[in-house]
Amino acid sequence: MIYFASFLIGKLNRNAIPSDLMTLGAAVSIVAGLIFGALIITYLHKWKYLWKEWFTSVDHKKIGIMYIIVSVLMLIRGGVDALMLRGQQATSVGIHHGYLSSYTFAQVFSAHGTIMIFFAAMGMMFGIINLVLPLQIGSRDVAFPFMNLTSFWLFFAGMILVNVSLGIGDFSAAGWLAYPPLSELQYSPTVGVDYWIWSLEIAGIGSLLSGVNFFTTILKTRAPGMTLTKMPMFAWSVLCTTSLIIFAFPILTVTLTLLYLDRTMGMHFFTAGAGGNMMMYVNLIWAWGHPEVYILILPAFGIFSEVVATFSHKRLFGYRTMVGALVSITVLSFTVWLHHFFTMGAGADVNGFFGIMTMVIAIPTGVKIFNWLFTMYKGRIKFSQSMLWFFGFVGLFTVGGVAGVILAVPPADFQLHNSLFLVAHFHTMIVGGVLFGYFAGLSYWFPKIFGYKLNEKLGRLTFYLWFIGFLLAFVPLYILGLLGATRRIDHYSASLGWQPLFIIAGVGVLVIASGVFVMILQHVVSFLNRDSLKDKTGDPWNGKTLEWSIPSPAPFYNFATTPIVHSHDFYWDVKNIIKHEPKEINDILMPKNDSNAPIIGITSVFFGFAMVWHIWWLALVSLFVIVAILLKRFNDENPNYLLSADKIVELEENYLIFRQS
Amino acid sequence: MSTQNQQFDIHHVSLSELRKEESTSIFENVSFGFFVYLMTDLVLFASLFAVYAVLHKNTAGGPAGYQIFNLNTVLVETLLLLTSSFTTGLTILSLKTKTKKNVYINLFITFLLGLSFLVIELNEFSHLVSIGDSWRVSGFLSSFFTLVGTHGLHISIGLIWMIILAYRLHKTGFGRANIRRFTIFSLFWHFLDVIWIFIFTVVYLMGVTRL
Repeated sequence: MIYFASFLIGKLNRNAIPSDLMTLGAAVSIVAGLIFGALIITYLHKWKYLWKEWFTSVDHKKIGIMYIIVSVLMLIRGGVDALMLRGQQATSVGIHHGYLSSYTFAQVFSAHGTIMIFFAAMGMMFGIINLVLPLQIGSRDVAFPFMNLTSFWLFFAGMILVNVSLGIGDFSAAGWLAYPPLSELQYSPTVGVDYWIWSLEIAGIGSLLSGVNFFTTILKTRAPGMTLTKMPMFAWSVLCTTSLIIFAFPILTVTLTLLYLDRTMGMHFFTAGAGGNMMMYVNLIWAWGHPEVYILILPAFGIFSEVVATFSHKRLFGYRTMVGALVSITVLSFTVWLHHFFTMGAGADVNGFFGIMTMVIAIPTGVKIFNWLFTMYKGRIKFSQSMLWFFGFVGLFTVGGVAGVILAVPPADFQLHNSLFLVAHFHTMIVGGVLFGYFAGLSYWFPKIFGYKLNEKLGRLTFYLWFIGFLLAFVPLYILGLLGATRRIDHYSASLGWQPLFIIAGVGVLVIASGVFVMILQHVVSFLNRDSLKDKTGDPWNGKTLEWSIPSPAPFYNFATTPIVHSHDFYWDVKNIIKHEPKEINDILMPKNDSNAPIIGITSVFFGFAMVWHIWWLALVSLFVIVAILLKRFNDENPNYLLSADKIVELEENYLIFRQS
Repeated sequence: MSTQNQQFDIHHVSLSELRKEESTSIFENVSFGFFVYLMTDLVLFASLFAVYAVLHKNTAGGPAGYQIFNLNTVLVETLLLLTSSFTTGLTILSLKTKTKKNVYINLFITFLLGLSFLVIELNEFSHLVSIGDSWRVSGFLSSFFTLVGTHGLHISIGLIWMIILAYRLHKTGFGRANIRRFTIFSLFWHFLDVIWIFIFTVVYLMGVTRL
């Protein structure tokens, strides 16, 4: 009987339901939220609409919106984690021990890092790339629309798995990169690390497929005439990011698999004994991890290049040096991973090399900053909300970058390693750099996707709250780090006098949270006023790239006629000619909606869950189902349909009438 | 986003009905995309090779490479796989004759060669496990089983793929879509051959010479 039960449900048992109230409360509230959402959808009879128009849609713009919705939800989830961490640190002093146990605290900071990087930042990045890239290069769609939707659903499956860990079992308490030997079975016997492994494994494969997809899209489906050197800067940044994904993500897949083999099959890759080498794990994970931070930041660089040039009404300063800087960052990002563990003891020569390479990579980054500043020089700058994010970015990114160069000096790093100074540094880069960039991009391209602009006043307020909140939250951390506070600290002596700084940092997180609230409010208010904010021209900012040459919101077939590109900043040159040119409109071959991708995603959740709990039969069945669905899809003789020219003409004329009214 | 493509009268197009240039661009995109995917697979194997290089001396009291490798069987495996790569080439050439029988014969030989390779490899694995040298023994054996096993897993996928190819050819004949499927399969199979050459050299040859 016992054998049968363990065959049926693996390691799953009654103890899997969390016993501490905090976690249980979080799990219950998430489940309640899901049920509430499902009830609303059922009440409005929207399930069929959602399934047909969104979940199965291969339209890259809809996929992009789905990515962004999921990533914002995850940003909020990760933000709640951050609030819990700072709340603990502000109160757990001396005789007081705060409200979280050390183990729960460790789970929370592990979840915070994992969710923010993989599901908030990566999701928002793929969201923006999906929304903009095909439009910007004059393409019908991505190269492989079905694969694109599958990537989204794999990302979604990974996200579900992280959140399932809240209610069934526990999450990894080994930090966001789960260093062994702590993450080995001996020291982390629960399923937490397995949840971490499989959510990242599944989401990571989705990212890898997206990387291949967009790389192919850029190299193969650009509009005729758009040579690589006439390509917009955002497209360049995506090309560089996707090549990093292609080189880096397989390493992550391997590393996670090896850790899982250690934990499940009793192998000895990273174990402390029997010939394992735990430092190899740290090397492997950072050989992926360092390029990963550039994967996140490069699209933000691309976005700023578009935003700054557009709102300064000038061409981008130093296009070729910009491209050169992007490409050198891409190459150099693979030569610096060891700076994450100078204290490993690799010796002075090795540390010296990686320290110097780290400083070298600051040079192309500096080139980009100066190019943006020179782009603004003598320009007619419009202080829109997108530009505000840029101004915030320049300040913070420079400060964070200088902190990074300090950390790049191995002797200094020996002092600062594992301190809150480091935490402050990388948050400056990822919040002030990556996130500010994505927010600038979202407000910049919002009208193209939804057909109306975002409320400007609330947008500014959002920025100021984020910016001030950021300074309040992280400047104290720089100071605390220099005072000697280590990261991931859940209790400290009152005599250290750190508490006021931790309280200020906590207040900062609250201010950022109010920024998130105002951001949501901004979207609600803009939606309610969408008639007065309507983008009638399709070109609200006097844009210079192809996406602004089509109506807003972008039609589902993107371009009625494929544009032929002659120069860089093409749309600025031909804006007044192109609109009056007669168009010869042909039939367009469109991919059909695809219900296979969401089913693959849902099955992957079961597969991941089964691997976590060692329910081998379920793992086999779900793997079999996935393969069967893929075979069915590949044998589909009719994955496309033809959209007739007459229909396109009709739609385009509707748009013209609308524009004239 | 306001327009919804489901509302239109649409007529379905099969791949064979596509206009020539669209079909060509799909062909190019898929071949290129698949090649890029193979490069990610290459990085995957590169990581596994790096892991093997780090761990191959960590025998932790267990056997070292030269004590367990049998170069004779490895040579047979290598010859089988190299020949199968050759017959894959013949399969692609025979597509041009537009005679199903030729394609089936070449594909079948490739399949048999691949299958025998896999059987020999699994035999080697089970022998090692039966004499107590399993992946649990040491870091060296863990990385050996994982690296060689990952290659074997790819071979198994290739075998299943061949069955599907034969089925596709049987059902739909020599359309452009099928030519494309055969082409990317041959890319995949040749790629596995290259990986094997490295395994042969780095794992087995360097293993028995105690490098």
